[in-house]
Amino acid sequence: MSILVIGEHDNSSLRPSTLNVVSAAKELGDSIDVLVAGSDCQGAAQEAATITGIARVLAADELALADGLAENLAPLIQSLAENYTHVLAPATTYGKNLLPRAAALLDVQQISDISGIESPDTFVRPIYAGNAMATVRSGDALKLITVRTTSFEAAEQTGSAPVEPVSGSVDAQLSTFAGEELTRSERPELTTADIIVSGGRGMQSSENFAMLEALADKLGAAVGASRAAVDAGYVPNDYQVGQTGKVVAPSLYIAVGISGAIQHLAGMKDSKIIVAINKDEEAPIFQVADYGWVVDLFEAIPQLDAALEATAR
Amino acid sequence: MKVLVPIKRVIDANIKVRVKADHSGVELSNVKMAMNPFCEIAVEEAIRLREAGTAEEVVVVAVGPSQSQETLRTGLAMGADRAILVETDPIPEPLAIAKLLKAVAEKENPGMIILGKQAIDGDNNQTGQMLAGLLNWSIGSFVSNLEVAGSSVKVTREVDGGLENIELVAPAVITVDLRLNEPRYASLPNIMKAKKKPLETHTPEDLGVDVSPRLEVLQVVEPAARAAGVLVTSADELVDKLRNEAKVI
Ligand SMILES: Cc1cc2nc3c(=O)[nH]c(=O)nc-3n(C[C@H](O)[C@H](O)[C@H](O)COP(=O)(O)OP(=O)(O)OC[C@H]3O[C@@H](n4cnc5c(N)ncnc54)[C@H](O)[C@@H]3O)c2cc1C
Ligand SMILES: Nc1ncnc2c1ncn2[C@@H]1O[C@H](COP(=O)(O)O)[C@@H](O)[C@H]1O
Repeated sequence: MSILVIGEHDNSSLRPSTLNVVSAAKELGDSIDVLVAGSDCQGAAQEAATITGIARVLAADELALADGLAENLAPLIQSLAENYTHVLAPATTYGKNLLPRAAALLDVQQISDISGIESPDTFVRPIYAGNAMATVRSGDALKLITVRTTSFEAAEQTGSAPVEPVSGSVDAQLSTFAGEELTRSERPELTTADIIVSGGRGMQSSENFAMLEALADKLGAAVGASRAAVDAGYVPNDYQVGQTGKVVAPSLYIAVGISGAIQHLAGMKDSKIIVAINKDEEAPIFQVADYGWVVDLFEAIPQLDAALEATAR
Repeated sequence: MKVLVPIKRVIDANIKVRVKADHSGVELSNVKMAMNPFCEIAVEEAIRLREAGTAEEVVVVAVGPSQSQETLRTGLAMGADRAILVETDPIPEPLAIAKLLKAVAEKENPGMIILGKQAIDGDNNQTGQMLAGLLNWSIGSFVSNLEVAGSSVKVTREVDGGLENIELVAPAVITVDLRLNEPRYASLPNIMKAKKKPLETHTPEDLGVDVSPRLEVLQVVEPAARAAGVLVTSADELVDKLRNEAKVI
């Protein structure tokens, strides 16, 4: 097996999702290359070179690749793919946008969002918002796969693989990057955080979310949200956890004022410990919670704050 | 400009799906079906473009069994002008669907194709991106805002880090996210009117597309259940459990 991992990065540094995908690749075989395709992306390529157990970093450094546009990147993946049995990308918005286009160019039926590997051609993936797990075998000679990052450990970074330049992108001139509004936060990132405090419609306002943020800071946690909280404008879109938002699996997930709709559970039920704080004892979130507290959240949050304070080590 | 909107018939989002006893799939008989929620948002956006005078015609397309006509009629009742059914049973894989949609697009010559970002049955999130690749068109995926400006389309995309703006050269493929709009309900008069709107049918054969599957589903099982938890009654108790029992803080 020879595997190409599509590295996710912002040119200067590598995104941690790449490390999880490399671990998935290691279950398939031990000849693993990581592609870093960008512009002025030596920083990201050097960081990729430290991933333990990979053979090479392929660095495609061209202006047309600066912004991760699928129209320019997919032809590069298409031309590289002939050297590999598997091409893997993270099931993040970056990988989901890019890999299906490459799969179409290669006439391959992609396998999305795998959470397990049975053999080099057989994979497990959640369907119906995680209500069912499907085992699928691919008949395509080449496999294109996006990987659920929370299902695989992050690979270590103790290596020093060679970085080799590659070319083959095109400037399709079909789209241009016109700016971004990234959420800036001092808190850990949702998808890699060890603890997450998430709020739902029960929070009632963005002002009230500040309470959760204070609690999160005490725990060194990231802040997440349900779709209802995002739709209501309490927090930005990138806070959304669920079937159609982010999939997370922290050691501790505290759901506050979240009912536990199946679409929300789809994004967090692989968390190690789940805490539910909700005033409705019938709320479905209690069915997946390790610790449930039936209480008004506006009473609970200050008390929890105080209890953490009192027992802080 | 003509807008094509591919829509999929799926299990209603409010239904709790059940895995079949023989593990061959999920139970689909006697289950309430509906238009995929993201497709409703796609139809709504196309109709708004027509109402704004940006689009002249909205054509909904479904690939699937003859019952998909119901889904198409729902799209027509929302306000689409025409419908196309590509009749296949079962519904093929995303790559084959994208090939069928490409064949339809080559007949219809739309200026834009708007899809949902994801069908909530297979959760594949592939079809629009594949279609754009096959057509060699620009792609705006996971779109939460869309503006047509002459021959370019400005979109805002929901990405992991926040929002991203890109400008697409038309014709473009768009896949829509939840916050693009709030889809309308079809009124009773419009449901009646929709029954008379034109619906044409094609087959993969007449479109010249091979839809044979590439994947084999070996089994479908229930996910591992979580063990039942306990209730606590105070903050101190909760913090104590998290610290000393679960050891997660
Ligand atoms: C296609 C599709 C995709 C979706 N994708 C997602 C997704 O990715 N992520 C997601 O989260 N949802 C998603 N949803 C929406 C999902 O179905 C639910 O509507 C949503 O998760 C509900 O959010 P919520 O729990 O915050 O709100 P609600 O269901 O309204 O629950 C609010 C909860 O807060 C509790 N509460 C209220 N006030 C208090 C108080 N003072 N103290 C304590 N508790 C209180 C209530 O008891 C209630 O349980 C999707 C839906 C569809 C159809
Ligand atoms: N059978 C189908 N018929 C028409 N459109 C489809 C079909 N399957 C998927 N689509 C479109 O592709 C989108 C994404 O689906 P998927 O790639 O399966 O997650 C859907 O929201 C639809 O717009």
